[in-house]
Amino acid sequence: MLGPEEWQAVLLSLKVALWATLGALPLGIFTAFALARWSFPGKQLVNGLVLLPLILPPVVTGYLLLLTFGTRGPIGAALKEIGIVFAFRWTGAALAAGIMAFPLMVRAIRLSIEAVDPKLEEAAGTLGASRLWVFATVTLPLSLPGILAGAVLAFAKAMGEFGATITFVSNIPGETRTLPSAIYAFLQVPGGEGAALRLVAVSVIIAMAALLLSELLSRRVAARVAGR
Amino acid sequence: MSLTVDIRQTLGAFHLDARFEAPQGVTVLFGRSGSGKTSIINAVAGLTRPDAGRITLGARALYDSDARIALPPHRRRIGYIFQDARLFPHLSVRQNLGYGGWFAGGTDSADFARVVEMLGIGALLERRPGKLSGGERQRVAIGRALLSKPALILADEPLAALDEARKAEILPYFERLRDHGGVPVLYVSHAPAEVARLATSVVALDGGRVSAQGPAAQILGDPSITPLGARAAGAMLEARIAAQHADGITELGAGRLRLLVPRISGAVGTGVRVHIQAQDVMIATRRPEEISALNVLPAQVSTLRLGNGPGALVQLDVDGQLLLARITRRSAKALGLHEGAQVFAVLKAVSVAPQSITGPI
Repeated sequence: MLGPEEWQAVLLSLKVALWATLGALPLGIFTAFALARWSFPGKQLVNGLVLLPLILPPVVTGYLLLLTFGTRGPIGAALKEIGIVFAFRWTGAALAAGIMAFPLMVRAIRLSIEAVDPKLEEAAGTLGASRLWVFATVTLPLSLPGILAGAVLAFAKAMGEFGATITFVSNIPGETRTLPSAIYAFLQVPGGEGAALRLVAVSVIIAMAALLLSELLSRRVAARVAGR
Repeated sequence: MSLTVDIRQTLGAFHLDARFEAPQGVTVLFGRSGSGKTSIINAVAGLTRPDAGRITLGARALYDSDARIALPPHRRRIGYIFQDARLFPHLSVRQNLGYGGWFAGGTDSADFARVVEMLGIGALLERRPGKLSGGERQRVAIGRALLSKPALILADEPLAALDEARKAEILPYFERLRDHGGVPVLYVSHAPAEVARLATSVVALDGGRVSAQGPAAQILGDPSITPLGARAAGAMLEARIAAQHADGITELGAGRLRLLVPRISGAVGTGVRVHIQAQDVMIATRRPEEISALNVLPAQVSTLRLGNGPGALVQLDVDGQLLLARITRRSAKALGLHEGAQVFAVLKAVSVAPQSITGPI
């Protein structure tokens, strides 16, 4: 059904989206918790920074990534010293996808953490749990449905990321040619419509599957968390 | 081990300035809503921080503004029973019960069995809190607090959200805690019946200040305190069953005072506490004859407090025990009552309802 080139794009996209989601998740949970539960100076600034990729044109985000994480950028050069390279690699595609998906993820997780009753956290504290334990045993499990939903949303967004990815890591077959980039590339050559359409179908299937999975997961977890 | 509290805190327009000691047993913080009860208990728990002062539990300082000590809640070793149970919805009853013990170095299985047995929650262990009734939830919350190996138990109106039947179901557990727990209990309430039943000592609060503190019988029998108003006033007697009469009457003795009440089960010598509401006590200047009331007790007026309205509150000394009587000013005037007057206190046996008698003490 799918040609080798098309399979390559699908598998690469899955890999990139998975790493983008897994990489963004710990920081996303931490940021969401800080925004939901703490008050600190510059909170609005942090909130704005988190949301920025949602508002900026993706090509701007991609270009900013190139400037900072490119091999001559300040962070990219430093990372290159220890053997980590993002520019024009699939890891760079994952970085771009992760950053683009971050605002959606943080929003969903923040909402679910805010929905956890702080009174339960207080109760855990009086029972001997330190703040970290309260988070691990009460806040985290109770906000799990939202965290899962946030992760699935981020995964879907990462699968579809195009603008920032193509600007930052270009469109190299087998390395950075993800699903959207491949569809774009096929549409640029005569006779590529067939391949493009097949990839479009794959995109729709993966997106629907992700949505259904997240629905199922969050319904199960929500029931468990509500104590029923 | 006893708890001493001496704190000051300003919350908006409200000023808290409280100093009291809670010895072994149940110390009830008693007062209207807004008198500072919950503020105090939250400061003891470490959920809020006072502006200044000291809170010590035994030799341990939980909070000391001078020494800059403010232990976080999880290091205070308190068991807090909230009004709204606050069970963890994602954990089973068994896991909820074990939660505190886990941080205190493990739950002893004998302790676990004893607490589960005492609270009658053995059948609930594998259930989720969402499937429990209000009374069951509150019993699990009590067990959870007990099993965290606390050095002090805090209870913030733990029965307020329950109906009368559920209250009657839970109160005995607090009595057992008082009598066999070995841990001081600080109990917030504004229900006079609860106070009379549970309190070993009472701290009366009014507008953020301690207006009176002392042993329960002394504070509850003092007409000048009545922190909830004269309408709810009543005295508390600690008595023993002196005799069981064949016609279903139980004779109670407190000092030399003898009181006849409807049957209370229990062997002679069993200790009970009796809550006698001030509105159930009548006063006569001469011994009434051919009257149905079984209790006609010679008494002396020890305090007479005339209210601003039509009411008056009279404290009666009956053989060294204190009773309160709520009458009208008109009656007080008609009888010529004054402090030191010799009178008779009249109390119908049936007005002492079985639920106002609890034992053992």
